[in-house]
Amino acid sequence: MAKHVVCAVSEIPPGERKLLETDGKRIVVFNLGGEYFALSDRCPHQGGSLCSGLVSGHVESPKPGVYHYSRKGEMVRCPWHYWEFDIRTGKSWFDPKRVQVRQFPAQVESGAALVEGPYQAETFPVRVEDSYVVVEA
Amino acid sequence: MSPSAIFQGHRPIDCDLHPMVPSMRALTPYMDEFWADQVVERNITTLDSQSWPIKAPKTIRADWRGPNGRGAETVEQLRTQVLDRFGIETGILNPLYGVQLVLNADMAVAFTRALNDWTRAEWLDKDDRLRASIVLPLQSIEASLEEIERLAGDRRFVQVLALVMGDRPLGKRDYWPIYEACERHGLAFGIHAGSAYRHPQTSVGWTSWYLEEYAANQQGFQSQLASLITEGALTQHPKLKVVLLESGVTWLPGFLWRLQKTWKGVRFETPWVTRPPAEILRDQIRLTVQPLDAPETEVERALAHLRSDDMLLWASDWPHWQFDGDDAIPPGLPERLLPKVLRENALATYARLHEGALA
Repeated sequence: MAKHVVCAVSEIPPGERKLLETDGKRIVVFNLGGEYFALSDRCPHQGGSLCSGLVSGHVESPKPGVYHYSRKGEMVRCPWHYWEFDIRTGKSWFDPKRVQVRQFPAQVESGAALVEGPYQAETFPVRVEDSYVVVEA
Repeated sequence: MSPSAIFQGHRPIDCDLHPMVPSMRALTPYMDEFWADQVVERNITTLDSQSWPIKAPKTIRADWRGPNGRGAETVEQLRTQVLDRFGIETGILNPLYGVQLVLNADMAVAFTRALNDWTRAEWLDKDDRLRASIVLPLQSIEASLEEIERLAGDRRFVQVLALVMGDRPLGKRDYWPIYEACERHGLAFGIHAGSAYRHPQTSVGWTSWYLEEYAANQQGFQSQLASLITEGALTQHPKLKVVLLESGVTWLPGFLWRLQKTWKGVRFETPWVTRPPAEILRDQIRLTVQPLDAPETEVERALAHLRSDDMLLWASDWPHWQFDGDDAIPPGLPERLLPKVLRENALATYARLHEGALA
């Protein structure tokens, strides 16, 4: 898999997301409090764009009428049928083994490393002094 | 072939029999003096419900009617027409009399108690093969609980009974004490076709014809299933078995498809529903097979969609007219399913059937 520079880290503030289009793939990169996660932008159901989906938390319940709401901002819902996916894993809530969004490794690299490395950053200039979000896809 | 040959070797359990109350005068011996006099003074002659009009062909099979046009009024009729004829080992009585339609809750409780005591004295006491449902006066949840406690000691009561179109969706939390009582006493919760006429029989309004109303029961069953699942009533009462009586069967997979598919998207509304609705249903919902609602050639394929051999219970639906002659097993029901449908599934559904001994 090739490494793609998505953008400078400052372009995806915490809680935000950015769409990367490369080699015919559409990949959405989320920033969860400084951690970056990259998922295919195609919902495994019918291909809805997760990048335009609602991001919400996870709600669980030990019994009817009791709502335990946690992990705010870490679940994305496909805009077409509202299927929920865990941004950290790409797994659906209702069938995590069989229904998953493809996940890609994402990390932050320094501009200095990028200038030397075998990265594809041809779409914008990389500055040595900045950090960048990089996705392997 | 003797009439009951189709059942031989199966020791069948009939899960839906309807003893019919001849008139209100049959119930007054089971009321206290006040209500017995009220019935006479107010000239309350009958509570036959329009859900099952006596003269409608479906209500009583033609050759099961007596000279007066009525039927299913005596144990002798039940023996000749079903129990002895089909070699039934155990039959479960589900009395359908219009007690659910009564709006005065005190009157409803008095009449329902009388109905249950009538069932006990006129039917259960007269044939050891019989078991019955406790009809619930759901006009009052508190009174329903009292009625369960009053009768649960009689182990011949194996189920409690509600109508599919009653006061409110049955999953609502107010009803849960009833489900808790059912679990505690080992009673199934039976839901039978029919309306208490608190609401139109369809969600789009009142029907004009008997035909519309009979078909509309299916929508009622769908709504009750959705309520029981989404409210969490089933998952909160995992030992509860809910039996759909005279519900039809083949509508279930199509309905489930929509329920489960939509659940995937909006399950956050009901986060206590942690398993796919179909799984919950397969564990806790049972259906009687009269009527089944499929042509003979399609039955096996239709049933395959249930993905479970454990859900169906055989019933004659006596005296309702679901079949002619001795065709009491829906044509097309696969032979391999007969041991389960005719007997084993009922034993797994009704905890008290294992006891055998009478009260």
